Amino acid sequence: MKTPLAVQVDDLTVAYNYKPVLWDIDLAVPEGVLMAIVGPNGAGKSTLIKAILGIIKPIAGSISIYDKPYEEQRKLVAYVPQKGSVDWDFPTTALDVVMMGTYGSLGWIKRPGQKEKKAALEALEKVGMLSFKNRQISQLSGGQQQRVFLARALVQNAAIYFMDEPFQGVDATTEIAIINILKELRKAGKTLIVVHHDLQTVPEYFDWVTFLNVKKIATGPVKEIFNDDNLTKTYGINYKVAINK
Amino acid sequence: MTSPQLEIQLIAAIVAIACAIPGVFLVLRKMALISDAISHSILPGIVAGFFITQDLNSPLLILLAAITGVITVILVESIQKTGLVKEDTAIGLVFPALFSIGVILIAKNANDVHLDIDAVLLGELAFAPFDRLIISGMDVGPKSLWLMGSILLITVSLLFLFFKELKVSTFDAGLSSALGISPVIMHYGLMSVSSVTVVGAFDAVGAILVVALMIAPAATAYLLTSDLKRMIALSIGFGIFAAIGGYWVAHLLDASISGSMTTVLGLLFLGVYLFAPQKGLLAVLYRQKQQRTEVSLITFLLHLNNHSEENERHLNHLNEHINWQKVRSKTVVDLALKNNMITIEGQIVSLTAKGNDFTQRALEYILTNKDERIETMKDDFFLFRG
Repeated sequence: MKTPLAVQVDDLTVAYNYKPVLWDIDLAVPEGVLMAIVGPNGAGKSTLIKAILGIIKPIAGSISIYDKPYEEQRKLVAYVPQKGSVDWDFPTTALDVVMMGTYGSLGWIKRPGQKEKKAALEALEKVGMLSFKNRQISQLSGGQQQRVFLARALVQNAAIYFMDEPFQGVDATTEIAIINILKELRKAGKTLIVVHHDLQTVPEYFDWVTFLNVKKIATGPVKEIFNDDNLTKTYGINYKVAINK
Repeated sequence: MTSPQLEIQLIAAIVAIACAIPGVFLVLRKMALISDAISHSILPGIVAGFFITQDLNSPLLILLAAITGVITVILVESIQKTGLVKEDTAIGLVFPALFSIGVILIAKNANDVHLDIDAVLLGELAFAPFDRLIISGMDVGPKSLWLMGSILLITVSLLFLFFKELKVSTFDAGLSSALGISPVIMHYGLMSVSSVTVVGAFDAVGAILVVALMIAPAATAYLLTSDLKRMIALSIGFGIFAAIGGYWVAHLLDASISGSMTTVLGLLFLGVYLFAPQKGLLAVLYRQKQQRTEVSLITFLLHLNNHSEENERHLNHLNEHINWQKVRSKTVVDLALKNNMITIEGQIVSLTAKGNDFTQRALEYILTNKDERIETMKDDFFLFRG
């Protein structure tokens, strides 16, 4: 039996001020993979995620989540934006930020209640942040803030998780804690799509990879396509040689 | 107190509350300046509305002016989107242009009516009780009281209904959009409410001071709390305080009411800026001084930890050592003694078991930057907080 496609992107083109940042992307992500999106700065990695989630309007192309448009499948999707995209001085607590993950399933106007609070507390516990639940978010370290973001995605209880650089600015302990949670989610049959920077850890963390540099270079199982050829095509230099210099 | 006095204070307080609520979100969205832009650029809308209705409190006028406010925001954003200028420049381009159109319209056509530049800029609360709302021959109170009361009612209902949406779209627009809570709708909703509020408040406090009523209470509350609901409540409290306090200051000094209200707000902010327990200037200075002392303390303990020789642990030698840090050595030694971290026998200082443990943990924290190690020490030492 064929694995269903969690995410399918066809002929996607996104432009800022008529300058294409993503050009004619075709992408099919099978259900249940833990996929890294890699590529140099300005390759359009975050833009790809934002376009799939409807945060940015593409100028061409179509996107489907389990064969339906994103708007109909919102509840299947969780999103962890880049940590730097929000103001951490915002007057709120860790618990409250995690509760925001429940707002999507609540819909407009309805308020979160005990059920949502319980789910948020469980998510905080899973990422090892329960004792910080009432801490003001500016008082958290970078790694703790990232864990709170992860907890917020967990509480969405989605089938597909999109994460924009979840390992950015976190220490080794947090990185391991996060990757363990991601692997656990994959085991539970979830699909994870992660913008990732550290090429060294790709084979260890991920089983699927997409090389992106404005155009899609390659996508597939790490074992088959994570090689010098694709790295060179994506980064424009012989990656291994450049590192060894 | 006479009844007009009471009415003026009531109007002032309602204006202040109605301004404070959208103000909180403008401050958190770093859009304080946009309220300045709106308050000025609605003028042509007000003038046009006035020509049509001949009534400053007509709902049509308010609608027209509020639309001008939203147009301002759209204009600012479209100029900004060209990428040629930044937001502040775009604001600076849009509102004077619209405001000047309003000024010219008044000068050309409305010289003999109650709509002059002074009233536009400063407003006049003292006249508010004279303009009564008469329903089938019954005097039900000042028009502006009813007007602002209705605006406040709408604002509060919207805040109550859409609190969660306002919060998430303000904190994280990306997530909000992915969840299906359109940040664009929330943005224009907030802009519309702000515009309507500014138009309503405009007659009472004028185009310049309405900005203070929106921004100052929120900015003051922001220094005092890290909870959004409490920030809104505090902003409302400060707004009411400034409204009533400002009225009586104006009464005593025989000065402009709106001017006095703004002055009270300014003083409130100054006081909180100086004395706020966490973010206030004095608290920050005190904390920095404490941190200097604590850095010296750790240096001092590390030194003791590293040296077993008696000459290195002699008080005179240590005094020299700690004085490098511009902190009085006595302060540091006293602090260490008070916390039972050292013992002194005949001028020779030794680490206690507790001092040793503290030094190890502090060192580990400095090396690994891992919070768990020092969770228990955070209450006693500033150095390890945030």
